[in-house]
Amino acid sequence: MDLFIIYAIEVLNAIAVLMIMSVGLAVVFGMMKIVNMAHGEFMMLGGYSAILATNQWGVPIWISMLVIAPLTVGVFGAVIERVIIRHLYGRMIDTMLATWGLSLALIGAATMLFGNTTLGISSPLPSVSIGSYSTSGYSLFMIVFAIGLLGALWLLLRFTTLGLCARATMQNARMAAALGSNPGKIYSLTFGLGAALSGLGGALLAPITGVIPTIGVSFIAKAFITVIGGGSAIIAGTLSASTLFGTISQLVTYFSTPVFGAVALLLSAIVLLRLLPQGITGRFFRRSL
Amino acid sequence: MAISRRSFIQGSAVSALGLAAGVAPQFSFAADSKDAIKIASILDLSGGLDIYGKPMSNAINLAAEEINAAGGLLGRPLQVINYDAQSNMQLYAQYAQQAALKDKVAVVHGGITSASREVIRPVLDRFRSLYFYPAQYEGGVCDRNYFSSGSTPAQTVEKLVPYAVKKWGKKVYVLAADYNYGQIVSAWVKKSVHDNGGEVVTVEFFPLDVTDFGAAISKIQSAKPDMVWSALVGGAHISFYRQWHAAGMSGKIPIASTVFGGGNEHIILSPEESNGILVAANYMQEIPSPENKAFVERFHARYGANTPYISDLAMGAYQGMLIWAEGVRKAGDIDRMKVIEALESGVTLTSPSGKLSVDPATHHCSLDVHIAEVENHQMKILQTFTDQAPVDTAMVCDLKKNPRDTKQYQIEL
Amino acid sequence: MKLFSEKIQIVITSLAMVLVALWLSGAIELYTLLSLTVFLVMGLLSLSLAFIWGYGGILCFGQAAFFGLGAYTYAICAINWGDSTWAVVMAVLLPTLFSLLLGYVIFYGGVSDVYLGAITLAVSLVLFNWVNSTSGSEYHIGEALLGGFNGIPSVPTLNLPFKPDAILSPEAIFMVTAGCLALCYALLKFVLLSRFGKTVVAIRENEQRAGLLGYNVPAHKLATFAIGAAIAGLAGCLYVNWGAFVSPGVFSISQSAQIIIWVIVGGRGTLLGPVISCVLLQWMVTRLGAQQTVDVNLVLGVILAVFVLLIPGGILPTLQRLWRRKRPAAPASRAQVSEVKP
Repeated sequence: MDLFIIYAIEVLNAIAVLMIMSVGLAVVFGMMKIVNMAHGEFMMLGGYSAILATNQWGVPIWISMLVIAPLTVGVFGAVIERVIIRHLYGRMIDTMLATWGLSLALIGAATMLFGNTTLGISSPLPSVSIGSYSTSGYSLFMIVFAIGLLGALWLLLRFTTLGLCARATMQNARMAAALGSNPGKIYSLTFGLGAALSGLGGALLAPITGVIPTIGVSFIAKAFITVIGGGSAIIAGTLSASTLFGTISQLVTYFSTPVFGAVALLLSAIVLLRLLPQGITGRFFRRSL
Repeated sequence: MAISRRSFIQGSAVSALGLAAGVAPQFSFAADSKDAIKIASILDLSGGLDIYGKPMSNAINLAAEEINAAGGLLGRPLQVINYDAQSNMQLYAQYAQQAALKDKVAVVHGGITSASREVIRPVLDRFRSLYFYPAQYEGGVCDRNYFSSGSTPAQTVEKLVPYAVKKWGKKVYVLAADYNYGQIVSAWVKKSVHDNGGEVVTVEFFPLDVTDFGAAISKIQSAKPDMVWSALVGGAHISFYRQWHAAGMSGKIPIASTVFGGGNEHIILSPEESNGILVAANYMQEIPSPENKAFVERFHARYGANTPYISDLAMGAYQGMLIWAEGVRKAGDIDRMKVIEALESGVTLTSPSGKLSVDPATHHCSLDVHIAEVENHQMKILQTFTDQAPVDTAMVCDLKKNPRDTKQYQIEL
Repeated sequence: MKLFSEKIQIVITSLAMVLVALWLSGAIELYTLLSLTVFLVMGLLSLSLAFIWGYGGILCFGQAAFFGLGAYTYAICAINWGDSTWAVVMAVLLPTLFSLLLGYVIFYGGVSDVYLGAITLAVSLVLFNWVNSTSGSEYHIGEALLGGFNGIPSVPTLNLPFKPDAILSPEAIFMVTAGCLALCYALLKFVLLSRFGKTVVAIRENEQRAGLLGYNVPAHKLATFAIGAAIAGLAGCLYVNWGAFVSPGVFSISQSAQIIIWVIVGGRGTLLGPVISCVLLQWMVTRLGAQQTVDVNLVLGVILAVFVLLIPGGILPTLQRLWRRKRPAAPASRAQVSEVKP
């Protein structure tokens, strides 16, 4: 029984990790129909900000993970939006390619700045015993945080003015502009928010995976597939896709090896996209956020 | 934009060409002396494996500088050409070709993973360029054009397993990196554990980019072994030790490894995450011999006191240079065959890792093996075994009998 | 009359390429020849994506999948059969069959755009992950150990057809590579001149309109995809022959990314542009690796971003446009402007 609980926590953790990895990308894709291929590198930057803040400047780890990392990357994202993304609205493939170039450049710059030694921070939470087994307290934290994050995002979009303007711009930018909102500013804020969420994700994952300049590459594939599989609704899409893929990959990993887990995730994504070419929320939950 | 597109493109095209033309291979010495003996080093100085590559490159360059300071080799200075293969097999092949055909170097020290070694070894065979492989690996390469200055599993595993089994118990759970090296090391561990009366419950393999070990840790907990044997390699696998500690398992089940430390894991991880891990390797920075103490001082003087820990692989690279230089001195010439024959006549020297002898039949080295325990970012050396012969490669390789051999054999256990 | 001269132009260009290669193989030193061989192999690979993306409008994020399949198929067949002749045929055939299967699933399911990119990316990742995990000695096809992360070393290289002992020299392999490049270039150009080719371009321009006009859109896309896969498979086979090894890196994301960069920099909508930019970029990457000042990824990334933002047409079309602007304005030039659209 205890072992079953441990396994269940592992599955939920896998789902939570996928959610946290993907939410930044989902916000940008859902709101602006842009696929930001530099998402993995934004996460990497968030990880580095958190680790540097903690190790070099002695900032308490929770603050560097939850405040400093998202702030830094959010600001950086807003700058990138002005410099690069703004010129490429409506051209989805071109933004993918430009942001892919940005991601390569960021990897190169990070390698030159930080070198390639794996930096890391230890998990800030102690382990938790369940019967005769123990699991990482951090896993439990991630599960709770992922749910909380999606909840906060939903509240933001549903009940605030900013959320309202954002949703309106997303549906019909010209109409929203005619009614007085400033689409340019909304896009900047949205991209900044997406970047901040990516940075937050990277910082949260740093105690688990460590940070090296190329860590983004392992994130982007999974996040990209989760977001595309989820479809254009941000919250419902991320939630449904993460649940589906996370469960499949973790279960397969238990019964065989991590390789087959990864392969199972990819195969299920292929099948899903074939059956539902617009992602899950292209068909189900279409009206949701 | 204020700048017209055309002028921007023209300007950047010119500057790009200028950048490309101005970039030249990095030499250790400014003067391109005709007298110099050229050496190539082909390692990963960027990409995922550069935690191994950079210290190795530093060691090679230091060795060359020391030889030059002592008057050079046969009166001629050494010139090291450093290639960065960026963890890319295609570049490994290209640079090997370049070193052999264009630079026409006297020797190539290169390759980190077995994959990269097996890419450049046939190229250097084909174009008749001497090749030294500096890293510890799975053993079995039988090639007259090739010398290995690192340890092989028979030397390290065979010593650590009995020690660990005696200390902790007979039930072993093995985690290994999923590639050629990890597969063979785990086969050696299985054999060795069995020979010592123990039992390997499971061997689990993880591709090199896996960072999520949650499932594995749960499985280990349910298997309840006496110890965990780790053959995990690379930056991504370090997260196992972090997750192990986060799950509260540090200290509950002990860990042994012959690869831990090669990537400076004991420095990167915190003491709580790494203390108590048993390690066996040919070289550790803490070796108390006078040779090693002097070497560490020189290394720090050259690269700064903050330079990363000198790893076993870095020492393998340094030793490779020492052995090759000794071979050249004995042969009186840098000609490939003459150096090979000189080394086959039996070369012994003392390196910072201990006594080193080249085994003529296998072109591998008999070397010292130290067992240590990780304690607060340091290796506390517990026991030393000298003159461990490369018995695994000797099982499949005899270059005296078959001098034309150029294969890597899979050692059947 | 005009069409006739276009065909002659293509034949002349291809022959010129072959003749230049022939001269080079005798004139330059071995090392440069070997480098050129691998550059041309990658050029062939970029040709395949240039065709399916630039002319077919199919942005495949996983072109490396077919490249890798061709490479591994050749390696496995050559090791098992000892004779390279049929190995080459298989190396082209297998990726083509795989692409037909995959393409059927994709195109007849109406998947396009970003979602197609996601699926093709996932496919190449599946192959990469799976091949990477085949290190154990139990993973073998016939006598060929798959080798996992290490790949397959010491692959027998090309020999004269049906004569396993007559192994080709590096110079000959260079000629074969150059010849294949010239041949595929000519073939693709001829395809584009044909009715099929024109339909493919029409589909790229406006899929719905082409469908409404009665053309079988999925079938045309499938055929385009298959042709691209066949060429990529051939490139894979030649790659193994250059290095005599194959490793899972041929399936990696970075390989797919590089192909895309070459096509963008060279120019979507042309065939030669990507080939030229591929050779230039490969040469640049090789040079950069011999110095430690600037990181290669940084340079490549900046190049990609700059080209997408500022020079979306790529090098060759931009040069063509500049060239046309320099000539005195003729009525014909206005008609030509629209054809270069990506």
